[in-house]
Amino acid sequence: MRDGRTVLEIPDLQIHPGEIVSVIGPNGAGKTTLLLILSSVLRPTRGRVFYRGSPISYGRAGLQYRRQQAMVFQEPLLFNATVFDNVASGLKLRGLAKDTIRGLVMENLARFGISHLSGRSARNISGGEARRTSLARAMAIQPQVLFLDEPFAALDAPSRETLIEDLGRALKESGITAVIATHDRTEAMRLSTRMAVMDAGRILQIGDPDFIFKHPASEFVAGFVGIENLIPAHVVRAENGRLVVEAGGWQLEAEGRFPAGGTVTLCIRPEHLQIITPSTPGIQHVVNIFRGRIVKKTPLEHVTKVQIDCGFPLIALSTAPMDVTRTWSPGDTVSIAIPPACIHIIAR
Amino acid sequence: MKSKLCIALGLLFCVFVAAGPLWCADPAKTIILATTTSTQDSGLLDELIPVFEKNTGFFVKTIAVGSGQAMMMGQKGEADVLLVHSPAAEKKFMAESYGLNQRLVMHNDFVLVGPSQDPAGVKAAGGAVPAFKAIAAGSALFLSRGDDSGTHAKEKTIWKAADLNPEGQSWYQQTGLGMGQTLNVASEKNGYTLTDRGTYLAVKKNLNLDILVEGDALLLNVYHVIEVNPAKWPKVNATGAKAFSGFMVGSEAQEMIRTFGKEKYGSPLFFPDADKKEGDLGK
Amino acid sequence: MDLLIEGIRKAFFLLITGDPELRRIVWLSLQVSGTATLISMVIGISSGTALALTSFPGRNILVGLVNTGMGLPPVVVGVFVTIFIWRNGPLGFLGILYTPAAMILAQTIIAAPIVTGITLAAIQALPRNLYLQILALGATRMQAVWLLVREARLSLLAAVMAGFGGVISEVGASIMVGGNIKGYTRVLTTAAVMETSRGNFDLAISLGIILMLVAYLINFVLTRVQQAGRSR
Repeated sequence: MRDGRTVLEIPDLQIHPGEIVSVIGPNGAGKTTLLLILSSVLRPTRGRVFYRGSPISYGRAGLQYRRQQAMVFQEPLLFNATVFDNVASGLKLRGLAKDTIRGLVMENLARFGISHLSGRSARNISGGEARRTSLARAMAIQPQVLFLDEPFAALDAPSRETLIEDLGRALKESGITAVIATHDRTEAMRLSTRMAVMDAGRILQIGDPDFIFKHPASEFVAGFVGIENLIPAHVVRAENGRLVVEAGGWQLEAEGRFPAGGTVTLCIRPEHLQIITPSTPGIQHVVNIFRGRIVKKTPLEHVTKVQIDCGFPLIALSTAPMDVTRTWSPGDTVSIAIPPACIHIIAR
Repeated sequence: MKSKLCIALGLLFCVFVAAGPLWCADPAKTIILATTTSTQDSGLLDELIPVFEKNTGFFVKTIAVGSGQAMMMGQKGEADVLLVHSPAAEKKFMAESYGLNQRLVMHNDFVLVGPSQDPAGVKAAGGAVPAFKAIAAGSALFLSRGDDSGTHAKEKTIWKAADLNPEGQSWYQQTGLGMGQTLNVASEKNGYTLTDRGTYLAVKKNLNLDILVEGDALLLNVYHVIEVNPAKWPKVNATGAKAFSGFMVGSEAQEMIRTFGKEKYGSPLFFPDADKKEGDLGK
Repeated sequence: MDLLIEGIRKAFFLLITGDPELRRIVWLSLQVSGTATLISMVIGISSGTALALTSFPGRNILVGLVNTGMGLPPVVVGVFVTIFIWRNGPLGFLGILYTPAAMILAQTIIAAPIVTGITLAAIQALPRNLYLQILALGATRMQAVWLLVREARLSLLAAVMAGFGGVISEVGASIMVGGNIKGYTRVLTTAAVMETSRGNFDLAISLGIILMLVAYLINFVLTRVQQAGRSR
């Protein structure tokens, strides 16, 4: 709690050795606070943190735990010294021999591809290089657990790409347990073995990233993992795991176990919607077809984003080639198809 | 860098600490002498004190402040012996038993100085009181020390004797400064001021002021040495005070006083009086 | 104007001939102000850092006091110290009135708030999470504080120079608690005041020039150290 507000409320969270857990959520969800508490920099107002079965201590007694973990903040927070000295700073705190320090520093500089910056002042490097230095500094002390707060924020796309790869490799090689806070789901998906979705201080869902991706537990989580279509509907018929739901005047087949007459939310990924024409192959096997009017068409990098009104708003991402999409215009009526298995249902 | 800085600091510290013994003086051998700035400025004490210290082994801390403050130090027991020249204040001091053995040491005199053109015609007035009257009548610029010093006290006595009250008049300015500085102000502003002869002679070369009135009995400046009463203030170094007092009226000191300043200024600054009685003072 | 030239000539003369009286005065000035600055540095940097890193009820009032203390009139400090340490005062038993020790005491009281206040601002100017980051790398509290102080070294040296500048040049407190006793508590500033009141302006000016030279030399050395802290 901070200033009377409950910033974080997590009844139970377990992290296993060797895992890379990502914590995703919007700004202000409490991700940074969670990291600070796990790394013992902050004390929880209530409750305890355990490490390897024993509760962690704070202050002087907490030094033992503090030296087995490392946290990297969003800002690089480097010292006014050379890159080498910065990376070595964590090691110098432990009073290691000069040669040992040198070895570990050079190893980690190489790991993050910044060996050539060793003698450079930390004031004269780019944002991406600073971020790498900060990560190298944390890895150099060979922690058992690593906490990273938004490690890829504010980097340009190519830098991000290479850093995600380098960091992923470094984590796998060393077998370190890591907890990464980020607001970007693609980073989370790529790096982590387990994902936790947070909002307003609570963990809404935790588990395998793929699973959450396909089966979000709530509307919020669904929205956060990229399911842009959340459609209120109600169950007309339910039989052995097969459902007929009705939304906006259309009846659709779907899968799930919900009582008839109940209200639900349909979660549909834009990329699963198909815009079809009578000549689209395999059309006779399609179960769910409904029609709508194109509201807006936006060409993106590899797909075309189409906003449709079917009685309810819908967003579709179509991979159809340009000569097809060119014929679509706002105001046109189109048919949309969706396989029953691609409709994920959440109870209301 | 860290180690170099620490070494430098460490050395520095050792140097200062090593000088430590210098600062702890044995209290029994220390005498606090409260005197006035004009007395110190004359340079007389710079000659007398070292001789006293050599003879007796005492360490004299000469604290030169305004007359008022010197008397107050005696009253509060913060000084052991006083060398002052404020007859009225001294009388009160002795009456209230703050002091022992008020002994006559020497005298010098005050002089009225001013610009050589003498716009107020002070020279012709021929006397302290008539001169002051002339200044008031002509609204001529007069600089007063205004700091309750011996000089200031003397000046107030003369105004009183002339039945005048210059306070608040535009031509009467109070500097609140020492004698040397007040003389400089008077010189800068072409004003009149009352000063002791000693300071005037010492600073003369920087001024364009002349002595316009001198020799009036009212202008005598008498110095006494007073031991602070140990009965009132037990912490006072009574032995030291007695020794100093004895020295000041002794023949060695008196002879030094008699010749002091002759070489430098042509005439002596002070006149030794230890052998005289109060009433017999004169030039 | 010729007074100024006379003063400069006298300054050279005194310095070159190594006038013993002058040497004593200069050395004492350095000893007294140097010691006071050293003590203020220890007190100031530790309190300033502590104030910057902690929060407790009444902290704002304390910070306000420190900032006010930076502008304490030296004369006022002199009066208060005198009342405490004179023979019949609460600390009279120490017997330090009219000794260099009293001057060091008064000058420390003047310089300490200056060093504290600037240190406080310097540490607060560091990135907010730097302290936490250092702790999260496995530092003890002491190590973390030391690293913060090192990181702020440019500003902290400025704080020390400000403290030194404040006391090497002050005269009100020094003359009151020291007594300006020849060869014992007479320093450059108090000697200059005395010579001025005696009307020896050329001597007063030369002492002033020598004071500025001394202050410049000290600050030159400190500045070299400070600017060495700048990264290439």
